[in-house]
Amino acid sequence: MSPRKPRPTEPTAPPEPPPPAVEPVGSVEPAVQAVDPGPPPPPRRVFLVSRRRSGDREPHFDDFEIEIGPDDTVLDALLRIRRTREPTLVVRHSCMHASCGTCGVRINGREALACDTKVEAISPEPPKPIDPAAPIKPIKPIKLEPLANQRHVADLATDMVDFYARFDAVGLPLVRNAEVAPGVEPPAELKAFGRFENCIECGLCLSACPIARTNHDYIGPAALAAAARVVEEPRGRDLGVVLAIAAEPDSVWRCRDAMECSVVCPSAVEPALALFTLRRHIAANGARRFFGRGV
Amino acid sequence: MSPEVRAFVGDSIPPEPSKTQRPARRKKTRDAVAAEVVAAAESAPESAAAAEPAAPEAAAAEPGPSPRPTRKRRPAPKPKAAPEPVKPHILIIGGGGTGGALAHDLTLRGLRVTVVERGEVTSGTTGRHHGLLHSGARYATTDRAAAIECITENKLLRRIAPGSFEENDGLYVALSDEDVDFAATFLEACWQCAVPTRRVERDAALRMEPGLNPDLRFAIQVPDATMDAMRVPLRFFATARRNGADIRPFTEVVAVTTAGRSVTGVMVRDHAAGREYEIGADVVVNAAGPWAGRVAALAGVDVAVTPSAGVMVAVRGRHCNMVLNRLHEPGDGDIVLPQRGLTVVGSSSWIAEDPDDPTIPAGHVETIMREGAALLPALANADIRARWSAARPLVGVGDGTGRDATRELRCFDHAADATPTDGFVTIAGGKATTMRAMAEATADIVCAKLGVTEPCRTGETVLLPHTAWYVE
Repeated sequence: MSPRKPRPTEPTAPPEPPPPAVEPVGSVEPAVQAVDPGPPPPPRRVFLVSRRRSGDREPHFDDFEIEIGPDDTVLDALLRIRRTREPTLVVRHSCMHASCGTCGVRINGREALACDTKVEAISPEPPKPIDPAAPIKPIKPIKLEPLANQRHVADLATDMVDFYARFDAVGLPLVRNAEVAPGVEPPAELKAFGRFENCIECGLCLSACPIARTNHDYIGPAALAAAARVVEEPRGRDLGVVLAIAAEPDSVWRCRDAMECSVVCPSAVEPALALFTLRRHIAANGARRFFGRGV
Repeated sequence: MSPEVRAFVGDSIPPEPSKTQRPARRKKTRDAVAAEVVAAAESAPESAAAAEPAAPEAAAAEPGPSPRPTRKRRPAPKPKAAPEPVKPHILIIGGGGTGGALAHDLTLRGLRVTVVERGEVTSGTTGRHHGLLHSGARYATTDRAAAIECITENKLLRRIAPGSFEENDGLYVALSDEDVDFAATFLEACWQCAVPTRRVERDAALRMEPGLNPDLRFAIQVPDATMDAMRVPLRFFATARRNGADIRPFTEVVAVTTAGRSVTGVMVRDHAAGREYEIGADVVVNAAGPWAGRVAALAGVDVAVTPSAGVMVAVRGRHCNMVLNRLHEPGDGDIVLPQRGLTVVGSSSWIAEDPDDPTIPAGHVETIMREGAALLPALANADIRARWSAARPLVGVGDGTGRDATRELRCFDHAADATPTDGFVTIAGGKATTMRAMAEATADIVCAKLGVTEPCRTGETVLLPHTAWYVE
């Protein structure tokens, strides 16, 4: 074990002093020359990043103050921190455009893909105070934590093993080789229903789910959305099995409709809506079984 | 609540059993994966043998206790007498598509393999690529060798990784008189490289892709496809790990250990655990992509790999179902393809000093979107979801942008350098489409160095699904 490095809490260089915007009093020259202060310095933001090695008991926060470009995402900021400040920062990422689902983190307590969240959007530049003498309020730091309800690897990285284990019962992934098979019209009801392939398996829904937080056996929103997809488009699967899984105690009826999964889903899979679909199918199937015609 | 403590994937330290472990479900996981393997094997019967776990697991299960109970007083002598010949150990630096495919190839040939990757696997160039399974048509006129490699691998990957591709084909769209003039050259070049083509008249093309620029003259259909940039390589990693490879993400090489002019292993830093240790190896393979030059420098070797960066833009909405290309010489922003609910437009090309620098030069996004909108007018008003850059690892660069550098793969055995370095091989160049071929070429060189005569079997081995990467 190497000796612990000092926490890089203090930025090595203090932030650049803002260039004098107003000509100092007593200058001989008129203000015309002093109007050009050059381009304003790029805005800076402080990131509070949760740090925890695989052997540590509790996480701690390191803060990094870095410059932010207008289009920079939280992931860009994290990679810049890793490149220029803290090369040992552990963060998962791959595609950089909300397609792979690896870079999910909690940003100020809310689940999001780091690559899909612009720094400007979560921490906008404060409006200029009307009274120039008024003290400028400091901008709140941006707090970054790993996803909840999942195993931790280190720093911001989690292990998706448990998340994927939840899919096993429903038997994913559902993959179609083509959006529309040649010469085949998709079933009419599918047009209203999102493709399940939209699910990028990022685990944000599971992290945001208040039920999963207290009940580790709850199958979770993503797997139920997958089950709903199977029910909507069975493609030869035994619906009885899927509906039976969905009707288990730690399944659809455990959900308390917090709808957090649909709120955080970056891919519009709408797991909460899918859950309602499943409940409807389970109820309808129960009624059909009563008359001997269910699955 | 505190998150569960767990040693990261591939660590040799056995993880503490976590509170949330559910043995029943865990077992299901294995069974489910096994069932998927069987299903995959059934769909491709010739690969049944390859899908079952190779030597290491089987060997570990074999030496059971003798049927006669041994006495406690005298411990049974350890079977040291005739140990199996120690298999050569290959260390691969870089957990991208090439590293994954190479680990898969070498484990199938019966070697011991360790992969170290400084971040998550596929976090470098691999995960960021366009998501295009090339038909080779793009390179047919300029880089015949690369085009032939692409079409060969295009057909092969569909067989060994079924389900990972959207088999949507591509259209090369002729918009201008120059495009129409270029068509003859293009078709001839495709024919020479054995890239199948089909001419599609204007009305038919608009029926296939209603969003296309209605001013198009005609289009040429080729077997392009959309691939999942991360999940295809994950299938290589998952299969390699099942066959005994040790894959260690968040493990960065900090030094290459040498004895004289011979590489003996690497010193790595495990970022997740915060410790440094040494890994010995018979051969070290540098598969670090655009970072290959830096890794080679650690070993005192010079490699002419140029990070040639490109910008891509993802817009919200699925504006097309096929891969759309402009029918002209490869240029900026002339490929548009769908990925799930997104449409990805790319790319540009320039020489990047630092492959870690994600800065997008001014004007690139605008150029790409303007060129993309020429193909698909809806892109002009589309909502941009993400813009990013990725560095291609190209070998040899001509005009200063990397556009004309070869996409052909290159494998260097540094024992053949002017100042030879033994035990060190670099793989560079190539495309995501050709990752398996790159691995095969490298594995051939590695095996030749070690006197291993096993042939390559990756061409007929169906890969495990990407979900198999996420099992314990």
